[in-house]
Amino acid sequence: MAITTTKSAFWKGFRDSAPFIFMASPFGFLFGVLAAEAGLIVPEAFAFSLAVFAGAAQFTALQLMQENAPLIIILVSALAVNLRMAMYSASLTPYLGDAPMWQRAIAAYFMVDQSYALSIVQFENEPKMPVAQRMAYFFGTNGIVAPAWVIATALGALVGTRIPDSWGVDFVLPLAFLAMIGPMLRTPAHIAACFVAVAAALPAAALPYNLGLIVAGIAGMVAGAQAELWLERQKAKTESAK
Amino acid sequence: MSHIPAPILWTVIIGLALGSYGLRFAFIGFMGGKPIAPWLMRHLRYTAVAIIPALVAPLVVWPAPTGGDPSLMHFAAAAATFAAGYLTRNVLFGLGTGGLALLLLYLAA
Repeated sequence: MAITTTKSAFWKGFRDSAPFIFMASPFGFLFGVLAAEAGLIVPEAFAFSLAVFAGAAQFTALQLMQENAPLIIILVSALAVNLRMAMYSASLTPYLGDAPMWQRAIAAYFMVDQSYALSIVQFENEPKMPVAQRMAYFFGTNGIVAPAWVIATALGALVGTRIPDSWGVDFVLPLAFLAMIGPMLRTPAHIAACFVAVAAALPAAALPYNLGLIVAGIAGMVAGAQAELWLERQKAKTESAK
Repeated sequence: MSHIPAPILWTVIIGLALGSYGLRFAFIGFMGGKPIAPWLMRHLRYTAVAIIPALVAPLVVWPAPTGGDPSLMHFAAAAATFAAGYLTRNVLFGLGTGGLALLLLYLAA
């Protein structure tokens, strides 16, 4: 069914995003619990999620703060995790770039994995959608997931302060990262990036100031980009051979 | 438990908030319809999938709960988490499997 009004576009985005509540809420909750374990009080954890609004980067910063990494390393690493947001921003610009500046400024805050993934599919499937409806759809995809994320964090932090230290939750954060990696490995190039990053990270862990993370991250990133180029060349070769 | 000093915490929160917003706003706000260079797009695609494994690998090989001594139990829980996340393509299945594996191994030990 084609979308007919701005309002119905918002609600379509809202409905399409509903399954993501089951992803965002437990992860927000877990962030809250681990933030509390790291010594953050509830308003701090709440402010963290509200201001930064990016799960993987928040987990990264939390881990590095606990390792007493230098401030610059914490910021560079967590922002590197968020570099993909720039890619989302670039990729949505052809569809949303003509909207008023104030709308684009608000939309930028809500640029997350799920709003991007849903929106790009919707915009590609219905190329005739007017800009106002596209914007409404985009905001709709955040209508429930964004509040769920922030509220779940606060609840997690409330619960987290009551969990005794003896429960040993300090291995849960690595497990959370590991669970995030699997679904990210969509192509052989992603696997190459991941593999090279891991292979570089272990010896690089000997570097001071957590610099190993940056070195290994760059190595993995370059490996991914090169693998993608190589795969494209291979594909072109087999196609021209036909 | 090491408490994070408040000035560090708030610098990180504010720095990350501004930085993340900047990244999200960069193209939709400033660049208009200008396309992003393909080589840059190619590298942006692989940052998260490189940084997160690089962060987690030392945490698995030298786990904090044992004080950094390699531990088969923690490695097994980590492997189960990754495998479940990869096979189901679902973060929560991965996390659930890992948590369960860790619990079972604790009970067995």
